[in-house]
Amino acid sequence: MSPRDLALKLKERFGNLISDPREFRGEITVELSDPDVVAEVCAFAKASLGFDYLVDITSIDNYGSDPRWTLAYHLYGYGHHCALRLKTRVSEASSELPTVSAVWRTADWHEREIYDMMGLRFRGHPDLRRILMWEGYPHFPLRKDFPLAGKPSEMPEVAFSKSAPMEGGPFVTVAGGKDTVSREPRARNPESAPPDLSKVPEPGVAKEGK
Amino acid sequence: MATQEIQYPDPAARVAQAASDELPDMQGEKMVLNMGPSHPATHGVLRLVLELDGEIITKATPEVGYLHRGDEKIAENMTYTQFIPYTDRLDYLAPLANNVAYALAVEKLMGIDKALPPRCQYIRVICCELARISSHLLGLGSFGMDVGALTVFLLTFTEREKIYTLIESLTGARFTTTYTRIGGLSRDLPPGWVAQCRKFLDEVVLNIDETETLLSRNRIFVDRTRDVGVISRADAIDYGLSGPNLRGSGVDFDIRKAHPYLIYDQLEFDVPTGSAGDCYDRYLVRIEEMRQSVRLLRQCLDKLPGGPDNAAHEPVNIPDGKTVLPSKYKVLTSMEELIHQFILVTQGVNAPAGEIYFSAENPKGELGFYIHSKGGGTPYRLKIRSPSFVNLSILPHLMPGHMISDTVSIFGSLDFVMGECDR
Repeated sequence: MSPRDLALKLKERFGNLISDPREFRGEITVELSDPDVVAEVCAFAKASLGFDYLVDITSIDNYGSDPRWTLAYHLYGYGHHCALRLKTRVSEASSELPTVSAVWRTADWHEREIYDMMGLRFRGHPDLRRILMWEGYPHFPLRKDFPLAGKPSEMPEVAFSKSAPMEGGPFVTVAGGKDTVSREPRARNPESAPPDLSKVPEPGVAKEGK
Repeated sequence: MATQEIQYPDPAARVAQAASDELPDMQGEKMVLNMGPSHPATHGVLRLVLELDGEIITKATPEVGYLHRGDEKIAENMTYTQFIPYTDRLDYLAPLANNVAYALAVEKLMGIDKALPPRCQYIRVICCELARISSHLLGLGSFGMDVGALTVFLLTFTEREKIYTLIESLTGARFTTTYTRIGGLSRDLPPGWVAQCRKFLDEVVLNIDETETLLSRNRIFVDRTRDVGVISRADAIDYGLSGPNLRGSGVDFDIRKAHPYLIYDQLEFDVPTGSAGDCYDRYLVRIEEMRQSVRLLRQCLDKLPGGPDNAAHEPVNIPDGKTVLPSKYKVLTSMEELIHQFILVTQGVNAPAGEIYFSAENPKGELGFYIHSKGGGTPYRLKIRSPSFVNLSILPHLMPGHMISDTVSIFGSLDFVMGECDR
């Protein structure tokens, strides 16, 4: 049985909720239109389609488009050696979906990591705490609107309370920008406009007024 | 003057009275013990909050993240090639294997993973298997040391030093190798390297035998590992374990066999599995995996296309100037190569839009990279599925019921690396 057949079986069971399987580089992806049924779909995939191994759950931040979040569940079956990617999109307004930790217990930590890094909440999760960042950290660092340099946090003497200086960087450019600042992804910070270069004094001018 | 009557019973009665007063409070009282983040047995910075009833663990809560560096965030802000050095620092006991897995993931996204020159594929397999031996040698050495067999540690470290010498002459660095490139390798094998590697293989086989004589029938070692930390087959799958920890529980699964990448389908090797799923089985699986790695390495060295010193001038890079950096000579003398070099350095490879997940069988388990690309030289999202992170998630289920001294056996047998767990 091929991954495509398994995807079609999933579609047979859930009808229009599941999109047609797409293939890229030999991997099959199906999209689930309603994130609130993800636990039922996963339970069915495990019980009836033999996907007994949850490889990974990933969240993607589509900053600037709606719905903002995409979740990708990577399923695998030891019986048939087929992999399937199940994706679902969650709006920023709800930022919540049911947990699948009752289906595979490995989902527990994956979901905690997603909560920690992007701030999505999982309904019914037994222990939804931060996992990589420290307890009480106020931000969600993998969101696209979180700057690479970090943000100051009101926790003096606990951990970094200032953002990191970006000395030496950035080192990479993206084609098409008007000037160096707009070509460098590290300088892209959705929360602050790029620095106004016209106000930077010419070399030598600043010293003159002194 | 008022008299006060003082109660003064005999000493035995007094002790009995005191004990009966205190006992209801003492019984059932649990102690919370913080193990780590800096504890020799945690091999890094793992903190385990143990709830103890006497010496029995009743609850275990692992706290990870002390080594979190935000690798996934960093990856979104640089080209694919620039991220290769960061992969060294995931499982820092097997950097070569991480380099290979990451390069293969990006190559899968670009659709060039099947077009790699054969010599490149052989050298990459050699890298993976050397890294596996190195990682298992360290894992077993420290496992032995944690349960009281210090000699094993000294033995395996002597052998591991030889691997580092080999890696140094291959890549120029002992630890942070950064050896692969998207579409090839940073350099070919140096002259005489194959002969050195063969000599090492002859020696390491003896070393593995010696390690086995020191541990496999060692009464203390067996008592401390057998029937300790038993992970059932169902639990291992449910918690998503991978690598030797999964195979120790009797699941016959190895990505090199199930979904062969590189040239693993042309090589002969066996996949060892355990039966009981205890710490001892996981130890046996690692010992046997090293022997299989030696077997794989010998086959690779024999069949290496172009011969040991590449007299036939077999390429190790994809012949595509838009993917692999051209030679310095060409950059300085030819216009086209100069342009390629400039584009590759400033913008990176031109990957198509799409998403892929690629996983490789690393020494610690399944190391996977999920790349979501919107086209161009930087990933939009790069997720690292690290085996140590997933393998550690079983601890709250596995630890309760064990004695506190069993934690070191269980930690040693799970063989995790926090650099990879915390990313």
